[in-house]
Amino acid sequence: MKKTYKIEVDCPNCANKVEDTVKKTPGVQNAVVNFMTQKLIVEFEDGQEPAALMQEIVKKCKKVAHDCEIYL
Amino acid sequence: MTKKQRKMLSRILLAFLLMTILHFAPVDGWVRFALYLIPYLIIGYDIILNAGRGILNRQVFDENFLMTVSTVGAMVIGLTRSGDYVEAIAVMWFYQIGELFQSYAVGKSRRNISALMDIRPDYANVETEGKLEQVDPEEVEIGTVIVVQPGEKVPIDGVLVDGVSSLNTSALTGESLPQEVKPGDEIISGCINLTGVLKIRTTKEFGESTVSKILDLVENASSRKSRSEDFISKFARFYTPAVCYSALALAILPPLVQTVFMNMSADWGDWVYRALTFLVISCPCALVISVPLSFFAGIGGASHEGILVKGSNYLEALSKCECVVFDKTGTLTQGVFEVSAIHNTTVEKETLIEFAALAESASSHPISKSLKKAYGKEIDRSRVDSIEEISGFGIQANVDGRKVAVGNGKLMKQLNVAFEEPTEIGTHIHVAIDSVYAGSIVISDAIKPNSALAISKLKSAGVSHTIMLTGDKKAVADQVASELGIDTVYSELLPGDKVTKVEELLTQKSKNGMLVFVGDGINDAPVLSRADIGIAMGAMGSDAAIEAADVVLMDDDPAKITKAIRISRKCMRIVYQNIVFAISVKLLCLILGALGIANMWLAIFADVGVMVIAVLNAIRALHYKES
Repeated sequence: MKKTYKIEVDCPNCANKVEDTVKKTPGVQNAVVNFMTQKLIVEFEDGQEPAALMQEIVKKCKKVAHDCEIYL
Repeated sequence: MTKKQRKMLSRILLAFLLMTILHFAPVDGWVRFALYLIPYLIIGYDIILNAGRGILNRQVFDENFLMTVSTVGAMVIGLTRSGDYVEAIAVMWFYQIGELFQSYAVGKSRRNISALMDIRPDYANVETEGKLEQVDPEEVEIGTVIVVQPGEKVPIDGVLVDGVSSLNTSALTGESLPQEVKPGDEIISGCINLTGVLKIRTTKEFGESTVSKILDLVENASSRKSRSEDFISKFARFYTPAVCYSALALAILPPLVQTVFMNMSADWGDWVYRALTFLVISCPCALVISVPLSFFAGIGGASHEGILVKGSNYLEALSKCECVVFDKTGTLTQGVFEVSAIHNTTVEKETLIEFAALAESASSHPISKSLKKAYGKEIDRSRVDSIEEISGFGIQANVDGRKVAVGNGKLMKQLNVAFEEPTEIGTHIHVAIDSVYAGSIVISDAIKPNSALAISKLKSAGVSHTIMLTGDKKAVADQVASELGIDTVYSELLPGDKVTKVEELLTQKSKNGMLVFVGDGINDAPVLSRADIGIAMGAMGSDAAIEAADVVLMDDDPAKITKAIRISRKCMRIVYQNIVFAISVKLLCLILGALGIANMWLAIFADVGVMVIAVLNAIRALHYKES
């Protein structure tokens, strides 16, 4: 399942970090952060519950890039 | 400016003001340090906090950390040795200006690019009980009649039921000439209604309409990253740690060598200062920002010209285009059969067409359609009777009481009429009136007016090989190719053969060159996806083409291909310029810093300056001018 979220990242380096973090989260198949359109596209593995997983992702992302916001 | 940006600007101004005052303040020692600490914290508190958070979260090497270490280091040097705190604060100050500029410029170009693609309709007018009501386009169901007034955007695809007007399609196709529409015509969403009021019965939901599909495509385009972007993010990942460790080495090793091996007193302060200068240069932001920004601008600029590129990777590939393979019908030719030549003997040309069209009036064969189109007037069926269709030969009928035979050479032979074969390539129609040969009509698939120009433009753009694939007969194909100046032709191909041929051509091209296939997207989807880059033309309203292709031309002008290649090349030039420029300036500053020639001032100027120049350069990709 693919879902798109609006995000706010200040610099492209932070965008890269957020992308890496989301990619490495278990249950996530692939993720892309589009810095220019400020969007996060997450591909979840089958059978995953996006809502719960996203909570965890937000927490993780806040750690690597403090300024980032993910709008669920 | 956003709230965040305004706050940053006031911090920058306040820090500057304080620095100016402190410059004239006659204080020394700890008091001086404490006073200078105020503007330092005003300008840099968030960076120091973020650096602290980064360390707690074990994400050490980021720009916050680098800036904190280098400026704190410079403050300590100021306190212990020189008494100069301006440098540390200036580094932080310029860094923040750079960040502010970056976020402002990126935000601005994001808005600019979105404005270029401003085709999203805000509402749809639905007529209820004689009154017009504005509703959200997403709520309009299929089959609803919507009203589009002059100056408004068509929100949803549909069929025109009432009204005559001209439409401005430039937001979709880049074509400035308005398109005339009349009842019964299909209307594509995203066009702007210019003159009359239109009533349109919707045939699709908003989400399935052309305008939504295009917006979706362009907005997601920069998510498919190019190799240059991957390179940059990988580079940034190792660049920052590498510079940090070198800085550490620079601070420790040379003084150690000085004391241990050379019996000199170690100049710790000097080397630590050089190491701190290193750290200032180590932020990779200029690189990391400029590359995706260039691609985003390039894709935005292309879509403004009616060229939709589905990803940065395709834009990159397009710039290396070496060989362009065309499908003939519908791509280089109109795909519609038209009367291309008339040879008359006994009657006027107009009369010849008139008789032929009347005789063929009952037929729905493509040939009779093109004859009727060439005649151009309403057919008066009462003038025709006793129509007899002879399959494989043609038609005989009485027109105005005269016996007219329209058909191929076999029909003429059967009727014992002497005839001449025209020299032109195409389908030959002979006409005999009252058993006397009246002349012949040549019907062929007309070449698009821009095709020859498109091929010559491609060649001047450095495409080394142009190829045409067609299912048509060899004679027809060869003539079209020589007229257009195409290098190689493969004719009499079955649809499946086209894929095989393209696969064969893919093995022949050079390693880095890209093979582009151009088709109309109707029945060549497999070929479009097999080629390195598939370009579909005339995609207005054709979902299949938008799905299958990597690059979509909104209208069917083959000259757009060269434009697309030129846009991609300009974009790639800017990308390479930025990469080379940023890396070489940074390397130079690193070397100068290590040698002690460059101080922290120069380092921060280099860092922020490179970023500003790279961002401004990237924005150039947005605009394309025909040379």
